[in-house]
Amino acid sequence: MRAAIVVFPGTNRERDAARALARAGATPVMVWHKDTDLPPADLIVLPGGFAFGDYLRTGAIAAHSPVMREVVAAAGRGVLVLGMCNGFQILCEAGLLPGVLMRNTSLKFVCRSVTLEVAATDTPFTRRYTVGQTLDVPVAHGEGNWQGDDATVAALEAGNRIIFRYADARTVNGSLGEIAGSCSVNRRVLGLMPHPENAVDPLTGSTDGAALFQAAVEAA
Amino acid sequence: MDTTRPATARDAAEFGLKPDEWQRIVASLDRVPNLTELGIFSVMWSEHCSYKSSKKHLMGLPTSGPRVIHGPGENAGVVDIGNGDAVVFKIESHNHPSFIEPYQGAATGVGGIMRDVFTMGARPIANLNALRFGDPSHPRTKSLMAGVVAGIGGYGNSFGVPTVGGETQFHRAYNGNILVNAMCVGIARTDRIFTAAASGIGSTVMYLGAKTGRDGIHGATMASAEFTEDADAKRPTVQVGDPFTEKLLLEACLELMATGAIIAIQDMGAAGLTSSSVEMAGKGGLGISLDLSSVPTREAGMTGYEIMLSESQERMLVILKPGREAEAQAIFGKWELDCVAIGTITDTGRIVLHHGGVTVCDLPLEPLIHQAPLYDRPWVPTPPRAVLEAGVQPEPLLASLTKLLSSPDGASKRWIWEQYDHLIGGNTIRRPGGDAAVVRLDDGPKGLAITTDCNPHYCLADPVLGGMQAVAECYRNLSAVGAEPLALTDNLNFGNPERPEIMGQIVGCLQGIGQAALVLGTPIVSGNVSLYNETSGQAILPTPVVGAVGLLPDVAVAGTSALSAPGLTLMLVGKTSGWLGASAYARTILGTEDGAPPPVDPQVELRHGTFVRSLVRDQLIAAAHDLAEGGLLVALAEMCLAGGMGASIALPDGPAHAIAFGEDQGRYLIATAAPDAVIARCNGVPLVRLGTSGGDALTVTGHGSTSVAALRAAHDGWLPAFMDAG
Repeated sequence: MRAAIVVFPGTNRERDAARALARAGATPVMVWHKDTDLPPADLIVLPGGFAFGDYLRTGAIAAHSPVMREVVAAAGRGVLVLGMCNGFQILCEAGLLPGVLMRNTSLKFVCRSVTLEVAATDTPFTRRYTVGQTLDVPVAHGEGNWQGDDATVAALEAGNRIIFRYADARTVNGSLGEIAGSCSVNRRVLGLMPHPENAVDPLTGSTDGAALFQAAVEAA
Repeated sequence: MDTTRPATARDAAEFGLKPDEWQRIVASLDRVPNLTELGIFSVMWSEHCSYKSSKKHLMGLPTSGPRVIHGPGENAGVVDIGNGDAVVFKIESHNHPSFIEPYQGAATGVGGIMRDVFTMGARPIANLNALRFGDPSHPRTKSLMAGVVAGIGGYGNSFGVPTVGGETQFHRAYNGNILVNAMCVGIARTDRIFTAAASGIGSTVMYLGAKTGRDGIHGATMASAEFTEDADAKRPTVQVGDPFTEKLLLEACLELMATGAIIAIQDMGAAGLTSSSVEMAGKGGLGISLDLSSVPTREAGMTGYEIMLSESQERMLVILKPGREAEAQAIFGKWELDCVAIGTITDTGRIVLHHGGVTVCDLPLEPLIHQAPLYDRPWVPTPPRAVLEAGVQPEPLLASLTKLLSSPDGASKRWIWEQYDHLIGGNTIRRPGGDAAVVRLDDGPKGLAITTDCNPHYCLADPVLGGMQAVAECYRNLSAVGAEPLALTDNLNFGNPERPEIMGQIVGCLQGIGQAALVLGTPIVSGNVSLYNETSGQAILPTPVVGAVGLLPDVAVAGTSALSAPGLTLMLVGKTSGWLGASAYARTILGTEDGAPPPVDPQVELRHGTFVRSLVRDQLIAAAHDLAEGGLLVALAEMCLAGGMGASIALPDGPAHAIAFGEDQGRYLIATAAPDAVIARCNGVPLVRLGTSGGDALTVTGHGSTSVAALRAAHDGWLPAFMDAG
C-alpha cells in the first residue's frame, strides 16, 4: 500500500506520519508541495506542522499550493485522504472538509494527551474502533478550535460525518460540540486535530492511534 | 550618521568600552579607528563575546574526556555516543532581551541555540529551558512569564523540535532581571561535524538565509551591561524571530552539508556578521574581505556599520570549496532562501570591508580576537553561614507538604510545558515533569537523558557548594532514569563582576562545578556566560545553570519516577541528617532563607548514582526519584502524583520535620518488588526501608494521611490559578 505524504515548507510532523504508516505496513513516500504530479498512491496524507509559517491563516496558503489541486482531484476520484492537525486545517481551507479551525479559546498552544471519543466507525479509517470507544491520543496545536455555522453542523450530524469528539474533563480548545475530526460525504477524506501518529508506540505512551493507520492500510 | 568618520573616546564610552579599553584599541592600531571599526571592536571585546571577566576562571574547568570530540570554543560541544553518532549540545542565555520584550527575546533565544547546534551539522532533537522570574507578587512577573513561555513555545513548536524539560523558579532577586536559558540537543554523524575555521585562500564567502535588517544592533553590548530604569528604551536592540525561515534554513544547511561543498560554517548570532566573519577568518589564521553592498538587506540605505552589527536572525555564513557556488544556490533556491557570494578568504590576517566602493573597515584580526583585555577582577569569598538548627516543628507535617507542593517553586509546571510541543518526533520516552527527560534516537534502542539544574539559594549561601550541587543534581537526575552521565553545558548567570562579592560568587561556583564535574567524569563541553544581571544595583541570585546529557543503551528500560503499582517496597538511598539550611522548607514554612546549605560529596554522589543506575538497568526497581528541593516527603509525593498511587511510610528517627523535608544530598527514593535483591547489591550504600506503595492516600505513620487527589489539586492548582487571576 502506497501512501504519499505531502510536505510543505513548514511541515514538521511528516516523519512521525511516515513512521506510523510504515508500522501499519504502508510504504510512505514524501511529496514536495511544488510537485504537480502526485505519485500513484492509495492514501494521501497531509501531516502536521506550520505550512508556510501559518502567517496568513493556518492552512490558507498551503491550500493554494500546486500540489493541492492534485489532492483535490485525487479525493474526487475516491483516493483516501487523511489530514492531521495542520493537515486538517488545510483540508478545511481547501474545501474538502467543512468548518474552520480558530485559535484555541485559551489563546495558548496546548500539547497534552486527551480523551477522544470515536463517534462513527463506518469510515475506512475508523473501522477497527467501536462507536463510543475512547482513545488516549495527544494534541499539539494553537488553532484547533473547530467552528461552523448551524447549517454546517446540521449537515455533518445528519450525514453522521462527525468522526471524533473530545471527551475530556478540561476543554481542549473550545471546539463547537467538542468536534475533533470529521469526514467527507463519501467518507474517504478524514481530518482531525489530534495526533494519532504520535500514539502508535508503547514506549512513548498510548498505542490507541495505531488502529487508524491499520484500518486505512487494509482499506486501500 | 557618518559611520566612516574617526571615532572618539566619547563614542567608545557610548559603545560600552572603558577608557583604558579605548586606549588599548588606539595603541593596537596605532591610529584612531573609524566609527564602524570601533563598533566591531566594541562587540568583539564585549563581555558576551570575549569572556574577559570569566575566562581566567573558566580555564579551571575540566573540558576533555575520552568521548569529547569538541569542547568549549565551537558553536556547541560534541560528544561521541558510539556507532558513529555524536550528541551536539549547548545552553545559552537570552536574559536581557527577554526582560525587554519577553516573547521575541525568548523566541530568538531558542532560535539562536538551535542554530548553534545545527551549524555543527546536527539535527536538533530536543530543547529544554531554565527560567527564573521575580516574586509572583511583582507586577511584571505574570506578563513576563506569559510572554517568555509563549515565545519559547512559538519558536520551538513551529520549528518542530520537542521541548522536553527544564525548570522554573521565582525569587524577588529576579524582579528586574529574569533569566531565560535555552538548551538544545542535536544528533550528528561523527565524520560529518562542521566547524568555523576557514581555509583555502580565495574561497568564496557565502551569505545564507534571511535578509539583514536594523534589528538587534548592539545586542551583544546590551547583554554586557547592567540595566537601569530605562530598559524599555532598549527595545530596538531586541531581535525578531521567524521560526518558519529557521526551519527552512536547517533543511537547506543539512542538505548543503551532505554535498561536501562546505569548508566552514558559522551562524550569525550575537554580534551578527561581525563575530561570524572575524571568528571564521581568525580561527583559520587567515583574512577576510567582504563587500557589504552584496549583503541582502531588508531595507534600503543601511550603513556598513548597521549591516555589520545587526543581529537579524536566521542567517549563516559559509565558506565553500571552489566552484561549488551554483550547487549551493540551487539548494537554497529550492528552499527559497538567499544564498549570495559576499566576499573571499584572504591571506592578509585582516578584515577588510567595502561598501558602495568605499573601504569602511580595515582592521587586523589579531587584536580583535586575541588582545581583548583579560581581567583578573578582585573578588572576595562569600562568608560561611551558620548551620540552621531544626528547632521545633511549627505545624503538622502534611500541612507543610501541601504548602510546599503548592508553593511557586514546588508547584507543578504543567501550565508551562503543556504550551510546548513535547511529543513531536515520536521519540519522547519520558515527558516533562519527572527527573530527566528521555528521548529516543531514531528507532532506538539508544536514547539520551537530558536535564538542567541549579539551586540559586545554595549558590548564594555557599558558591563552591552550590556549584557542586548543580552538577550533583544533574548526575542524580540522569542516574535515576538509568542513564550514564556523559557531559555538561553551563550557563553562568551572575550580577556585575566589577563588584568583588559578585566576582567571588563567580569564582566559587566555577570552582564547585569543576570539582564535581571532575569526580563525576562529566566534562563541560560548552556554555555561556551572562554577567551584569542587575537592575539599579540589585543583583540576581548567583545562578550557574548546569545542563547535562546522559546515554541510555536501551530506552525500553529507562527508569521512571512514577509509582504505579501497589505493594512495592519504598527504600531511601543515602544518609539523612535532616539538613534544613537554605531549604525550600525553611523558606516556605519557617520563613527564613538563612542557614548553610547541605554538604555535597561528589564521591558519595558517584557511588550512590552508580548503584541506582545499575538497579534501573537491571530492572530491579519499578521507580526511582532523585531527592532535591523539599527532601524526602516532597519526592515521595511527586512519585505518588506521577503514578496516581498512594503510599504508606514511617520516617527514620530524628526531628520529623527535618527528616521529612531536609535536603541532604546524594539521596534517591526507590520502589522495588525485590527488596532483598536490592539490599544484596548495596555494597555499603546506605539503604533504609520506609514502607510500601498502595491505596489512594499518602500516609506517614504518626502524622496522618492525605489523599493523592488532594495533593494533586494543590500541586497542579497554583500556577494556573496564579496566571488566570486578573
